[in-house]
Amino acid sequence: MTDDQAQRIASDPRYRRLVQARGRFGWMLATIMFVAYFGFVALIAFDKPFLAQPIMAGGVTSLGILIGFALILLAILLTGLYVARANRDYDAALAALRAEYDA
Amino acid sequence: MTRRIAALAVGALLLAAGPAYADAIAGQTRQQPTNWTAILMFAAFALFTLGITRWAARRTRTAADFYTAGGGITGFQNGLAIAGDYMSAASFLGISAQIFTDGYDGLIYSIGFLVGWPIILFLMAERLRNLGKYTFADVASFRFAQAPVRSFAATSTLVVVLFYLIAQMVGAGQLIKLLFGLRYEYAVGIVGVLMTLYVLFGGMTATTWVQIIKAVLLLGSATFMALMVLAQFGFSPEALFARAVEVKTGLAAATGLAPAEAAAKGGSIMGPGNFIKDPVSAISFGMALMFGTAGLPHILMRFFTVPDAKAARTSVLWATGWIGYFYLLTFIIGFGAIVLVATNPGYLDADGVLIGGTNMAAIHLAQAVGGNLFLGFISAVAFATILAVVAGLTLSGASAVSHDLYATVFRKGHADSAAELAVSRRTVLVLAAVAILLGIVFQKQNVAFMVSLAFAVAASGNFPVLILSLLWPGATTRGVVAGGTLGLVLAVGLTILSPAVWVTILGHPAAIFPYSSPAIISMPIAFLTIWLVSILDTSPRAVVDRAGYAAQRVRAETGIGASGASAH
Repeated sequence: MTDDQAQRIASDPRYRRLVQARGRFGWMLATIMFVAYFGFVALIAFDKPFLAQPIMAGGVTSLGILIGFALILLAILLTGLYVARANRDYDAALAALRAEYDA
Repeated sequence: MTRRIAALAVGALLLAAGPAYADAIAGQTRQQPTNWTAILMFAAFALFTLGITRWAARRTRTAADFYTAGGGITGFQNGLAIAGDYMSAASFLGISAQIFTDGYDGLIYSIGFLVGWPIILFLMAERLRNLGKYTFADVASFRFAQAPVRSFAATSTLVVVLFYLIAQMVGAGQLIKLLFGLRYEYAVGIVGVLMTLYVLFGGMTATTWVQIIKAVLLLGSATFMALMVLAQFGFSPEALFARAVEVKTGLAAATGLAPAEAAAKGGSIMGPGNFIKDPVSAISFGMALMFGTAGLPHILMRFFTVPDAKAARTSVLWATGWIGYFYLLTFIIGFGAIVLVATNPGYLDADGVLIGGTNMAAIHLAQAVGGNLFLGFISAVAFATILAVVAGLTLSGASAVSHDLYATVFRKGHADSAAELAVSRRTVLVLAAVAILLGIVFQKQNVAFMVSLAFAVAASGNFPVLILSLLWPGATTRGVVAGGTLGLVLAVGLTILSPAVWVTILGHPAAIFPYSSPAIISMPIAFLTIWLVSILDTSPRAVVDRAGYAAQRVRAETGIGASGASAH
């Protein structure tokens, strides 16, 4: 790809819309994952008893186990959300750009 | 060539089995009697995978075939292969052992290992595929001066690969000593020889398929074990955990603790314990795990085995799903081991310690829930696991030497495919020899700790370089080389000064660097250095580096101009 071609693609409004939308969505999901994970790490660092407390009175299963499992599911869920959105929206936009510029 | 592969493999197995069998008869060691069920099952796996290698060898002609299976792996297959790379012996045996010992703490490891994946997908996976060809250095050096950036990337790759290899080889030695009744050195030797055959002849195609087969076997076995454990408790995790707390309380009371203290100790397996001592270590460790994933060369390399960015994306979804599922199983397996293994004298030696060490918790549990036949099966799977991961690591190290150092730095991009391939294969032999040697030298080390060290290096060296070269237009050659190198050196240096090495291994009374992971220092310093050196960089090259961003960005975002799957 020549610099000239890159410049033409970069100034195409469809390209800008795609990059902006995908960038924003990616960073939003990444931020959710950062906050959730480092929130969990902060609990380990500063409030272990919170994680160790049982969910139900008289039970042993702790809130920490519930939160831990939820984090694993969240990671899978966020990944799925991104892929679904990319397959639905971004691929179509990309195909249009490719058809025009990728000879 | 095929006959040569088979002869070598059979020779290796016989060589290893003979003397160890004699040892077991002579009763020189306390290792288990030679387990022929396990050996036969493993031999079946070895023969089958060598058959695959034979098939793959016929398809491995060019450098592209060797490094990336010609880009012909599907997203689903690649997801399984990535999950396979991740479900190493260190994570299967190490994490279940940690849960067996400390309960909840093992889950902290698992979660840290997993959460890097979404980040890779959102910020890197598609861009990597669109920019790179064979190694992550292709991407990191895309718009920079090739020689300095690739030299850094290759060095960093080799450091990560070596730490990881040591962990795997040590795991292999310990495991096989116990399970197969073979001596540690022979076990390490078999792994080295088989792995060399896969990589040398079958390249990435064989390495990927071995990894996929093993991933399916391991996921299946772990599912079976978790179900068998849960079945004993009416499929109620609460009942399982309650019984585990009871067992741990009983064990604590047996050491002479007062009932209240014993109960507190037993209950402690439900929450975070001593594994992470101070807040700084907790955060530092969390950073190393999350960002290290995004800097592991043997994992990043897998994004080049798929045909396009869409397949790269799909593979992360599958990988995240399988890895997450696997860690849920590991948690159940660890607690199952507390309940079914920790109190059974059949699995303990005269001192009440688990036979073969705590890393064997999952293996003993296999015997407890599935009898000797399943024990043999899971032993063979565990051996296969190590083999597959070691093959991937070696291939990654070899690519760094042949593609980054030889073809790009020394030959300035003028090496032909055949010469590059030859260098790669020679490097495989050297790496295999080094891996065997280091596996023997580091025999007594804790497996999981070596892996987290590799993660710290990946998080502090590779990750900052990769992410800033992808996302920050201002980054320059000098900046990324300075920052990446400093991050790498700090990660290794601070680890040497940390308690795990300075006190435990070198025997000094107090650690100079008190935290368990260096990432909290080394990673921000790497980022800061890249930024500072880049903005102060007034060299002519810096102008080229910055100007190159626009075109790189367009290709990264769209894949226009990206190298596609090569035709066979």
